[in-house]
Amino acid sequence: WSELQSENKLDGETASDSESKSEFGGSPAVPTSDDTPEVLNRALSNLSSRWKNWWVRGILTLAMITFFFIIIYLGPMVLMTIVMCVQIKCFHEIITIGYNVYHSYDLPWFRTLSWYFLLCVNYFFYGETVTDYFFTLVQREEPLRILSKYHRFISFALYLTGFCMFVLSLVKKHYRLQFYMFGWTHVTLLIVVTQSHLIIHNLFEGMIWFIVPISCVICNDIMAYMFGFFFGRTPLIKLSPKKTWEGFIGGFFATVLFGLLLSYVMSGYRCFTCPVEFNNDTNSFTVDCEPSELFQLQEYNIPLVLQSVVGWKTVRMYPFQIHSIALSTFASLIGPFGGFFASGFKRAFKIKDFANTIPGHGGIMDRFDCQYLMATFVNVYIASFIRGPNPSKLIQQFLTLRPDQQLHIFNTLKAHLVDKGMLGSLEDA
Amino acid sequence: MSARRRRRAAAEEEEEEEEAAEAGSDKEVDLEERLGELDLRIDSDVPDVPPPTDSTPEILKRALSGLSARWKNWWIRGILTLAMISVFFLIIYLGSFMLMLLVLSIQVKCYHEIITIGYRVYHSYDLPWFRSLSWYFLLCVNYFFYGETVADYFATFVQRREQLQFLIRYHRFISFALYLTGFCMFVLSLVKKHYRLQFYMFAWTHVTLLITVTQSHLVIQNLFEGMIWFLVPISSVICNDITAYIFGFFFGRTPLIKLSPKKTWEGFIGGFFSTVVFGFIFSYFLAQHQYFVCPVEYNSETNRFVTECEPSELFQMTKYSVPPLLQAVLGWETVNMYPFQMHSIALSTFASLIGPFGGFFASGFKRAFKIKDFADTIPGHGGIMDRFDCQYLMATFVHVYITSFIRGPNPSKLLKQLLILQPEQQLSVYKTLKSHLIEKGILQPSLRV
Repeated sequence: WSELQSENKLDGETASDSESKSEFGGSPAVPTSDDTPEVLNRALSNLSSRWKNWWVRGILTLAMITFFFIIIYLGPMVLMTIVMCVQIKCFHEIITIGYNVYHSYDLPWFRTLSWYFLLCVNYFFYGETVTDYFFTLVQREEPLRILSKYHRFISFALYLTGFCMFVLSLVKKHYRLQFYMFGWTHVTLLIVVTQSHLIIHNLFEGMIWFIVPISCVICNDIMAYMFGFFFGRTPLIKLSPKKTWEGFIGGFFATVLFGLLLSYVMSGYRCFTCPVEFNNDTNSFTVDCEPSELFQLQEYNIPLVLQSVVGWKTVRMYPFQIHSIALSTFASLIGPFGGFFASGFKRAFKIKDFANTIPGHGGIMDRFDCQYLMATFVNVYIASFIRGPNPSKLIQQFLTLRPDQQLHIFNTLKAHLVDKGMLGSLEDA
Repeated sequence: MSARRRRRAAAEEEEEEEEAAEAGSDKEVDLEERLGELDLRIDSDVPDVPPPTDSTPEILKRALSGLSARWKNWWIRGILTLAMISVFFLIIYLGSFMLMLLVLSIQVKCYHEIITIGYRVYHSYDLPWFRSLSWYFLLCVNYFFYGETVADYFATFVQRREQLQFLIRYHRFISFALYLTGFCMFVLSLVKKHYRLQFYMFAWTHVTLLITVTQSHLVIQNLFEGMIWFLVPISSVICNDITAYIFGFFFGRTPLIKLSPKKTWEGFIGGFFSTVVFGFIFSYFLAQHQYFVCPVEYNSETNRFVTECEPSELFQMTKYSVPPLLQAVLGWETVNMYPFQMHSIALSTFASLIGPFGGFFASGFKRAFKIKDFADTIPGHGGIMDRFDCQYLMATFVHVYITSFIRGPNPSKLLKQLLILQPEQQLSVYKTLKSHLIEKGILQPSLRV
């Protein structure tokens, strides 16, 4: 119970109390304003503050999960927009912390430059995505075609403009601050923007690749908390005194199980498993396809060890469920490192939460800190193990090459096929 | 508690005095003091870096001992400049592989220089793990980039060896796993009293990686496109440096920017025109030799790099009509030029107009962290980073320029992806390609190709 008591005390307080013995003072943390809506405040006014906090967190959790389901129902376009908004809000939160740390709110140009860089990097990434997935749409519209052909050059020119503005804005007495903020902005961009684009790539692969990882991380959060609540005894890591080994391991098994069940349910529906495609004729997103073999039920032999336990000889599963084990494992074992990183960050800069956007939870970044590593992992996983290159895309690229290059590739491919015995002596196969 | 407060008060006072003496404006004192409060160690005695050790070789010192300090400095710089240019020519002669090694060494040295500055600024030389982690991240990122490059250009070499195939196929996953290990080690190495320092160094490392490693890989990609794409941009930047200095020396009057008081508008403009002319003439000479013009390819039979090909149309003399304006001046109606020379004008313009911003950025950085030079590697010139600060923007620009205006998609990459496909997909792609080629008349259907 003592570990649970500390949940209500500010993490930042405990940390800064001990830290302040070694690091002299420090700017006061941004005073946390109570954001809880009036309604909730009144409803819970009778309970003690500890239970009140618990209820607020609980209600907001349910609210966020419900919101999540609604968005999923609304479709890929809305999801993309939400991802974009979350990204902007996270960027804003982290940059604001930087301003507070460096008292650099008044630096000339700096706010404008940060937002400008965010715009540039987003333009660059969205340009790459749009060109890939909206290929036919882009080819049709003349201005879009030119923008996409010289996309890199335009993005680079935009970025350079920002860079030159930064150099010209260097003010004699604030060099170091300005360089710090420049570095801070770039690292934030690196984290926030790249990951949000990887999430969108995953989304296009199929909504299940978006929903299962995110749910696993959320589930791990909640399960580890519950196991810790009921069974927690051994602290896990000094950075986050609330976390316990019991919570960690319990959360791991619970998440793997949850992942298996969730993927089983979702693999049955085409709207989740099919890659999102843009239909040129209807000008909207469609999710309609022949499910790939990942999402077709197959018989698996249960290893002898488990046969005695479970009592079945074979089991019908989707191959995707095996992948979901890998995803859940990552979410439970490595995902928390993202959380530790964020905790360390908050202690380093003596803040309790990233912001006060969500009552009881803190900022958007607080909710999404574990998601970032997850998104990158899923993307790398898909690229390495699931998706091969897209043949039609390759043919499109082929057609843009010069004739001599085309011939060279054709001959190499032919030699390769002959080698593999697929072509033999058939010339007109 | 009170002892701590006293110490803190004493430190603040000391710092206030220092800052007041140095700055003399209220706002400045306020700002620096608050900054100092936050992270006392940064400001109290930021390395007005230990006075640079004089690494000028003994020989030079003796030879020049007679001259006054100013001329001595000028001579040292001059001699070292010539030495560097000679090394450059030597490496070019030795070929692409040596150039790649050179680029790699420069990258590692620049990284080392910047990280060392970070250590000194944050007095974090003793942080646990940090040095190992910084080098580890450098290794990871290099592994990732080299893997992407190698896979592209050495496709035939890789095809033959099974273990390499495995590494290539799962390259991204392996790189990510390596990076994650470093990330987790970082999180586990966070020590209670040094959180902020550790996060600063983590960020410092990543920004440095972003700058030095990505650019050096772009340089190598430019190199593979053809040595001329490597030589002309680098020479233009060097030429701009030298001619701007010379014009500034003789005609310099109006200061250009507060950041670098030595730079003048006369130097800037004079340097611009000389660099464009230089680039124009230099590309004329280089464009004639296949050695410079052809994309570097790896020949798996001889196990070496070859630069042999049919020069693309960029490097074939074409007749251009001189616009009527210039006709009167030059007296010619047409002129024989390589199309590449037109591109070289774009490259030189960038080198002269935007390249210097890289230099200003580095100057601002040095002032921000109160250092005179990045390091003392080259006598008279400072560190490697000092020489290469303008080159970084240039490398990225050339790469973007090539991908946007010159080169279509990379055939080797396409080939690599084709070979990863499933056999049935390969067969269907093969048939589509064949019918396309026959349609276009590139492939003769009757010929047993």
